[in-house]
Amino acid sequence: MQDMQHPNPDEQYNLRLYVAGQTAKSLQAFANLKKICEEHLQGRYRIEVIDLLENPHLAKGDQILAIPTLVRKLPEPLRKIIGDLSDTDRVLIGLDLRRKESAA
Amino acid sequence: MKISHGISALPKSPTGIKGFDEITFGGLPKGRPTLVSGGAGSGKTLFGMEFIIRGAVEYAEPGVFVSFEESEEDLVANFKSLGFDLVQLQADKKLYLDYVHIDRSEIEETGEFNLEGLFVRLGFAIDAISARRVVLDTLEALFSGFANQFILRSEIRRLFRWLKDRGVTAVITAERGSLEGGLTRHGLEEYVSDCVIALDHRVHDQLSTRRMRVVKYRGSTHGTNEYPFLLDEGGISVLPITSVGLDYAVTNERISTGIPRLDVMFGGKGFFRGSSILISGTAGTGKTSFASQFVYNTCKNGERCLYFAFEESSSQIVRNMRSLGMDLEPLIGKGLLRYESVRPTSFGLETHLAKMIQIITEFTPSAIVIDPISNMINVGSGYDVKIALMRLVDMLKSKLITSLFTSLLQAGRDIVDEHVGVSSLMDTWMLLREIESGGEANRIINIVKSRGMAHSNQLREFVMSDQGIEFVDVYTGPAGVLTGTARVVQEAREKTEWTRIQREIERKKRDLERKRLVTEARINELQARMDSDQEEIEKLIQEHQMNSQTASQVSTQMARMRMADTQE
Repeated sequence: MQDMQHPNPDEQYNLRLYVAGQTAKSLQAFANLKKICEEHLQGRYRIEVIDLLENPHLAKGDQILAIPTLVRKLPEPLRKIIGDLSDTDRVLIGLDLRRKESAA
Repeated sequence: MKISHGISALPKSPTGIKGFDEITFGGLPKGRPTLVSGGAGSGKTLFGMEFIIRGAVEYAEPGVFVSFEESEEDLVANFKSLGFDLVQLQADKKLYLDYVHIDRSEIEETGEFNLEGLFVRLGFAIDAISARRVVLDTLEALFSGFANQFILRSEIRRLFRWLKDRGVTAVITAERGSLEGGLTRHGLEEYVSDCVIALDHRVHDQLSTRRMRVVKYRGSTHGTNEYPFLLDEGGISVLPITSVGLDYAVTNERISTGIPRLDVMFGGKGFFRGSSILISGTAGTGKTSFASQFVYNTCKNGERCLYFAFEESSSQIVRNMRSLGMDLEPLIGKGLLRYESVRPTSFGLETHLAKMIQIITEFTPSAIVIDPISNMINVGSGYDVKIALMRLVDMLKSKLITSLFTSLLQAGRDIVDEHVGVSSLMDTWMLLREIESGGEANRIINIVKSRGMAHSNQLREFVMSDQGIEFVDVYTGPAGVLTGTARVVQEAREKTEWTRIQREIERKKRDLERKRLVTEARINELQARMDSDQEEIEKLIQEHQMNSQTASQVSTQMARMRMADTQE
């Protein structure tokens, strides 16, 4: 894992959350994501929620298997975080908002 | 609940893969998942793809192919070389390709998840073309994509149940386990209980052989053997030849050996059609010539022949046979005769056999020649060869194809020893030999056996000339069967002997005559001597009688004169 020095504070985050129906888990994931973004990316993030039950053809494009999956479209490179996003530390690592401790 | 016919009523989905539907008696279990396990390069992907393509093209069952390893572009390119146009099939909505890519490095796992995304994609694909078949190749890639094995396993279990619920016939491929007895690396066989197929790719003595085995098939009978299979331009061909058995019909029809005087030795008619014939002999005894003569004659009668030449190229055989007065070229031109020349060591035994059977099935000859079978024996171990040959012979017999095998004998080795196993598969066995005598080697033939027909037990000499193979009049004398110049010499010797005896008899006759004459002369002489003796004796007797008469008269007179008393 690259040792990122300082995440650019002006970078715009384009996030896409894939869910399948309004399940408790997907609602949970969205709530978790929203909370993390508000804390760390206030004012420079956009969340797009895609319900695969309504748009199944979209699963292929982002190579979605697991639900829920959060895809960081921007900034590049593309990152995927799967699960209900309950582990905040791991989400932050996944979004490159925090360095992985083990990488040091 | 009705039990009758319940077992055989298990619905099956034909794969269209050559031979596979035969060993499974109809194909894969319809509407259920089947696990296909095998090592790298064992043909799993091809099996899956062929199942989908044949289903789409031949059985009007559209199929979804989910690839976890190869991209769509790669699949299209790879299968193009096998003659399958995936792009067209996709355009016709008969095929749906989906490349599922998992890159562990870009995925972070945070908390619980499920694989609903995969289900959605699959469901979407199935609905898009109303698919009846699904292939997941190789599902195990998921294991390297996700860290949470607990979730993964329960999701895979759910996936199989889901596939069953959708009623699609599915093939799931898996890597073979590295542990002994492990069918798949991640134990997928635990989830698929209906049908498991193992593919294998073995290399033995630098030769590779592909094999397939139906490990289990719930609710259905199936062949349990390992079946060799081929991957070639036409896809997969499994060879269910072990299933032939011995219950084939036979015929009393005869087929000429191509040599009239050899026909005579087989009761005047030649071989049985559909029988297996072995011609064995040491190097240079004319095995190929005998085989060619048979083929030549059969083709001349308008029947097709297939010649597997393992030692010579076809052009070499054609050239050589021309010197025996056989022009094989036009027969090849007419499509009656086909040569397949290949070095036996270029493939493994099973592959060989498989290829041969493929060609036989395609060409449908009425007779085949394998020249020589001994080269195939070199490829495998003795037992393998016997099994392979048995399958081949059974298959040929079931199709009433007459098969002629030649076999090279090592000079000085025991014939019986070398042919143990092979000869028992043969209905007719002819032995060609060279007999050395008088500074030359002459070729002789004898029929060791010929099942079901009266045949000559006579050793016969034959010569090869521009008239083909010709049998020479047999010479049998007190010294056994003689061949070559020894025969000629012996015949001359016999002739002189005859004259000599003739002369001897003449001489003895004359001797006898002479003796007779001498004897007669002596008889006459003795007779004459006896006659004269007789005469003499009679004369003596007469004289004596006269004398005694006279004497008596004198004595009587004297007495009278002396007045002597008489005793009277």
